[in-house]
Amino acid sequence: MAVAAEAVVEAQIVEHRRGFARRWYRTPSFVAGASILGLIVLAALAAPLITNHGPTSQDLLNTLQGPSSKHWLGTDDLGRDVWSRLVYGARTDLKVAFLAVLFPFSIGTVIGLLSGYYGGWVDTITNWLVNIVVAFPFYVLIIALVFALGPGTSSIYIAITIVGWVSYARIIRGEVLIAKRRDYVLAAKSGGLSDARILFRHLLPNVVTQAIVFACSDIVLDILAIITLGYLGLGVQPPTPDWGRMIADGQTFLTTHWELSTIPGIAVVITALGLSLLADGLADLLRPE
Amino acid sequence: MTLGVYVLRRLLQLVPIALGVTVLVFFLIHLVPGDPARTILGNQATPQRIALLRHSWGLDRPLYVQYGKFMDRVVHGNVGDSLFYGVSAGHLVLQRLPVTLWLIGFGTLLSILLAVPLAAIAARNRDRVPDHLVRVVPLVGLGFPPFWLGIILLLVFGLHLGRPFPVGGYGSGFVGHLHSMFLPALTVAFAITPILIRSLRASLLEVLESEYVTTARSKGLSERRVLMRHALRNAVVSTVTVLGVNIGYLVGGTLVIEQVYSLPGIGQLMINSINQRDFPVVQAVTLVFAVMVVIVYLLSDVVHALLDPRVRFD
Amino acid sequence: MSEPLLRVRDLRVEFALARGTLTAVDGASFDVHRGEALGVVGESGSGKTIALRSIVGLLPRGAKITGGTVEVDGVDVTAAGEDRRRELRGTTVSMIFQEPMTALNPVMRVGDQIAEEPLVRLGQSRRAAKADALELMRLVGIPDPVRRAEHYPHELSGGMRQRVMIAIALSGSPKLILCDEPTTALDVTIQDQILKLLQRLQRELDVALVFVSHDLAVIAQTCRRLAVMYAGQVVETGEVETVFREPRHPYTLGLLRSVPDFDVVRERLASIPGAPPDLASPPQGCRFHPRCAFVQDDCLASAIPLLEVGPGRAARCLHHDQAAADARREPVVAGA
Repeated sequence: MAVAAEAVVEAQIVEHRRGFARRWYRTPSFVAGASILGLIVLAALAAPLITNHGPTSQDLLNTLQGPSSKHWLGTDDLGRDVWSRLVYGARTDLKVAFLAVLFPFSIGTVIGLLSGYYGGWVDTITNWLVNIVVAFPFYVLIIALVFALGPGTSSIYIAITIVGWVSYARIIRGEVLIAKRRDYVLAAKSGGLSDARILFRHLLPNVVTQAIVFACSDIVLDILAIITLGYLGLGVQPPTPDWGRMIADGQTFLTTHWELSTIPGIAVVITALGLSLLADGLADLLRPE
Repeated sequence: MTLGVYVLRRLLQLVPIALGVTVLVFFLIHLVPGDPARTILGNQATPQRIALLRHSWGLDRPLYVQYGKFMDRVVHGNVGDSLFYGVSAGHLVLQRLPVTLWLIGFGTLLSILLAVPLAAIAARNRDRVPDHLVRVVPLVGLGFPPFWLGIILLLVFGLHLGRPFPVGGYGSGFVGHLHSMFLPALTVAFAITPILIRSLRASLLEVLESEYVTTARSKGLSERRVLMRHALRNAVVSTVTVLGVNIGYLVGGTLVIEQVYSLPGIGQLMINSINQRDFPVVQAVTLVFAVMVVIVYLLSDVVHALLDPRVRFD
Repeated sequence: MSEPLLRVRDLRVEFALARGTLTAVDGASFDVHRGEALGVVGESGSGKTIALRSIVGLLPRGAKITGGTVEVDGVDVTAAGEDRRRELRGTTVSMIFQEPMTALNPVMRVGDQIAEEPLVRLGQSRRAAKADALELMRLVGIPDPVRRAEHYPHELSGGMRQRVMIAIALSGSPKLILCDEPTTALDVTIQDQILKLLQRLQRELDVALVFVSHDLAVIAQTCRRLAVMYAGQVVETGEVETVFREPRHPYTLGLLRSVPDFDVVRERLASIPGAPPDLASPPQGCRFHPRCAFVQDDCLASAIPLLEVGPGRAARCLHHDQAAADARREPVVAGA
């Protein structure tokens, strides 16, 4: 590949870097991902408009019904409308996942900036903390934390933050280590700008792209974690609808009504697919030429 | 430096991390909102019981004293007694560890068997149909909740299609284990194969563009030999690290999968203990999980050093 | 004159890029005879490396031969299938690369890398192949081969690594070795050693060389004939001595004048004004005309063919006598 690269460079072709704004619609993965995700988000937001029943209203006379014109996807063991629970579940899980990714992103980015820029004992301690967190299997730590803190959405946020900041810190630190040797940083330093200004005004915008790309695939991980916690009964608490909970509830009826467990899972897969495509597309678009 | 020295050095580096791990595990109790003793005892909380628990855990003493006591016990292999069963938590863990180890080992083996050929096919046929087909796997596969996948597999192979596999339990004897553990191990494998494929494919592509592969080709070697003897050997080196990290992820995944398949491993122990509010056992299992992951990382580093002669000289 | 071992005629290599095709080589023609050393000289971007790689069919991804022929030992490799080409690699034609650190497999012992061809392609036993490898290492001047064979590439110095590369290139007993700037990445002293080694091997083993370099001095030291490439085309061929004394293309003249530290101490060290063209849209007519001191109207009219200007001499210039006259007036080489 070196030969090809050299040949092209040697031939003095000038590569023009196209702006993000002009290229996004030409990147198939980005478009596909954004479309899928957009649909789901739209459905979640428009939940009251597209459902006939509330997600928690039980109808004990009509339990475990198959799909019908009244209940598009049937009902579960408590007579609740599956379609409605699906859509409202999207609301819950997406909201929690998006919020849950913000805290690790912010905290991890700041820590990564500081440890990458200053090095020294700040870096050493950060690495130590990173290695400790990383020593635990992801799910084990989250579950243990949620258990200790008590089940519920606020515990989920705290647990994911404690475990999730690590990846962002690593990414940002890596980028900072490279970037701080670049000319624009040296110029800023010799110009007498304060560290804070250099960090946040100059370095941050240049190193944050990788973290943003990662955040997209991180949301997928978070959704899976939330669902898993829901499955184990430790996550979003009933009666709030949650896909994980739905899968768990449906498992008892696997032999007769397998769709109760299957459908929420498919919803997760599609949502994750949309996010993954979006992440791939973003990575392509934001890749330095 | 020799391999022995390298391992020793890595072990020494692990000491502060191990300490940090124990601190975190120890602190789990103190995350509990309110009075941990009361919360933990739950329904069984009587003033005497609370006081007893607080004393036996030293909750009335300063933090560092508590930690000291905790570490003292851990070093002696005592991670507390189960509140539920009354026996040593360590004993419970050891009893169930083999099942989990089986799951991890079998799952890793299956994932390697799946990932390597697929990644090789994709890399050799870059940007052609086989490559695109293989690339769908990481794209879609990463979105599958492992436990849901387990349920689906259970549904299809355990309940239908002639029921070739049991729906739960560990089985007896080596063959029995293989049989019972196949579906769970497959689930585990499916959970990490997508990432492995992605990483191995990327490494292979990078290696295939490298100069030494061109040299190998200029020797007139068959493309197959170039791939196997030169490309794969180098690509594997970087994948070992990725595999190590993913086994860490995998180890945690066994937790939920044991739940799906009712396997009596330490993951199920943890879930049950959570439901029974058996705090010492939860702590013990968390600690054991961390130890397992650290060992896996160490092993993957060692394997990396064995495969890549440049490492030992850094 | 016997049949040339290597015949390149009107070679054309194109790269498929996102925004169109780039023609990296557009008209390369040269011959190499048995036991002969041909130098291919040109700057970065002249297409010399790509032309070299085309001979063995080891082009980078996205590049394709779209015109011309390459005949190796009588076999038309441009028309032949990949299997036929692979057969020739190593045993008839082998290659030496510029940067031995990246061109050697980092996780394989050097002894094994040298023994690989005898083992796999010549069907020798492990022991015989190992013995062969040690013999080759001695031949290329690696001291203490038995111990060195167990080393990995990163444990050797740059000069040693390049010797290993040469040993590998010799391991199939080829008739032709393609050298892609083999000394460019080395220290000057090591450079000299390697060049002398190549010369010695060439004489002793009667193997032909195609030596690609941007360094005229290196080519002068190693080769008897040379081909000058510019903007993807061969613009002059001939014997080194003759070309140096009487270059027939203005670019060659410019090159010769811009080389410092030749046999002559010159008052002025000229450089060719301007820059090489963009190969995606080369100049009309003669590709060198924007930078040529002797340019005339007919130089822009149409593409200039490679003209024969003497026995074994060719130049892609309508006014090649101009360059020759200029060199006679002001010799480039002492005692010309």
